[in-house]
Amino acid sequence: MAENAETAEITAERIPTVIVDDVDIVYRVNGTGAGRGTATAALNRILGGRRKAEARAGVRTVHAVRKVSFTAYKGEAIGLIGTNGSGKSTLLKAVAGLLPTENGRIFTHGQPSLLGVNAALMNDLTGERNVHLGGLAMGMSREEVRERYDDIVGFSGINEKGDFITLPMRTYSSGMAARLRFSIAAAKDHDVLLIDEALATGDRSFQKRSEDRIRELRKEAGTVFLVSHNNKSIRDTCDRVLWLERGELRMDGPTDEVLEAYEAFTNPKAGKAEPKKQTKVSVPA
Amino acid sequence: MSQALDTPSPPAAPSAPAEDPAVLAARYGLTVSGARPTLPAYVGQLWQRRHFITAFATAKLTSQYSQAKLGQVWQVATPLLNAAVYYFIFGVLMGTKRNVPDYVPFLVTGVFVWTFTQSSVMAGTRAISGSLGLVRALHFPRASLPISYCLQQLQQLLFSMCALFVILLCFGVPPALSWVLVIPALTLQFTFNTGLALVMARMGAKTPDIAQLMPFLLRTWMYVSGVMWSIDKMLSGKDLPHIVLVLLQANPAAIYIDLMRFALIDSFHASQLPPHVWLWATGWALLSGVGGFIYFWKAEETYGRG
Repeated sequence: MAENAETAEITAERIPTVIVDDVDIVYRVNGTGAGRGTATAALNRILGGRRKAEARAGVRTVHAVRKVSFTAYKGEAIGLIGTNGSGKSTLLKAVAGLLPTENGRIFTHGQPSLLGVNAALMNDLTGERNVHLGGLAMGMSREEVRERYDDIVGFSGINEKGDFITLPMRTYSSGMAARLRFSIAAAKDHDVLLIDEALATGDRSFQKRSEDRIRELRKEAGTVFLVSHNNKSIRDTCDRVLWLERGELRMDGPTDEVLEAYEAFTNPKAGKAEPKKQTKVSVPA
Repeated sequence: MSQALDTPSPPAAPSAPAEDPAVLAARYGLTVSGARPTLPAYVGQLWQRRHFITAFATAKLTSQYSQAKLGQVWQVATPLLNAAVYYFIFGVLMGTKRNVPDYVPFLVTGVFVWTFTQSSVMAGTRAISGSLGLVRALHFPRASLPISYCLQQLQQLLFSMCALFVILLCFGVPPALSWVLVIPALTLQFTFNTGLALVMARMGAKTPDIAQLMPFLLRTWMYVSGVMWSIDKMLSGKDLPHIVLVLLQANPAAIYIDLMRFALIDSFHASQLPPHVWLWATGWALLSGVGGFIYFWKAEETYGRG
């Protein structure tokens, strides 16, 4: 995969597919802190100036992503790494156009799609109905869903142990449900594909199949973003890595370099004490 | 915080040195992510998702009773039980029925038609705020959700209508050609409800507290809409100010209820309908449908955020 991308870079002009320009993302959370309980605080929130009231009445702001800029090009597979709560998933959702940016802008080629249909599926419906519903929710036409139905069910392997696809999803084991969800989500081809830790689902053989499918999707898609805590799957699939820490873009570069620095950061006492002297990295913000 | 980068961002820097991102984006035809589409484009997107809208409504409807032993029987049993309760309270205990011929069909029609509007508004209020997971996970025109919820209520009403036809026949109301009027009446009411649900969806998305307030507003609205009593009979012989009369008669819920009664019950005569009733019904439907849609679309890019 890496060779493919590199040759493409050398021969053809690099075509940007996602441009993130100085983006901040802020969450507002209602009713946190001390303000919530008291009636006066709630009144303050309703009356009076919004900002002041927000500060007083327990609306807290969480600055999840700070001034991040990067440009992604066609044919790249980009890994997003960082400790929990560092803003990886938030950034991904903003690229997908599902979260607003407080400042800055995100330009994209076509409509990037987040790989995931969990929320569209209903536990009380049969697997079969959920395949249809999930496909339609992702924007496939009825014919497309019908065409791919057998592939989806086959890929998920739900029917390997009997006719489970006609049972309600609430009867599935969590692993089976996760497999079906991934299979539905991965059934569509995308221009820009965003994957949020989807590789960790299912048993070993299914993980293998998922990784293959992601490679396939990457070939068809212009650009793939992958959020994962599994450094191995990042190394296997990505040729460029963005490292986010506390919402800030800490590092952006080839997979090996960034992962090395990241591993040194998360596990500072691990023997081979910082091969390159990277003072800024090892100082926690 | 680009100064915090250790390596001076190797892939991005060499090819395009400090080009303005907006210019670069324009050159390659990139568009701003999550921007609101134009109104015609939005309608187009919505049309593309029509199968999702219907599939989502049906899925919601069938999953509702899927854990119950009696299953889909509840689709018909629930409205029937509802009607029975209202009959017991208003027909037997309070004796409202004395002035109204065919009181049971009169009451049941009113309850079913009102429930359609009521539950559409309630579902609309929660359409966005209750489906945040879906809104935050997938990209689709958000109006799909309130419309889909209203469609679910319409399907529910059609089940109720089956029960209603049985009740009508049991109470000796003969089938008539005027029953066909049910179709335009329901179409108009559905448009009205959807518009209202779209308005409530936007308000409920911004201020979830509205969902707590709505039951009270809706109950008040129900009592002035003549669900259990005949506005016409109640008003005759009373000397009310003209404005109150006009307001009571222009109330869209009352209009849709009376239209349905006029269509179904032969003892409910045209003289009991307010003047220009079909015009009113169409006007309310258009005002609410078009206005609600535009109002909802205006905030399209803000749903599911923050």
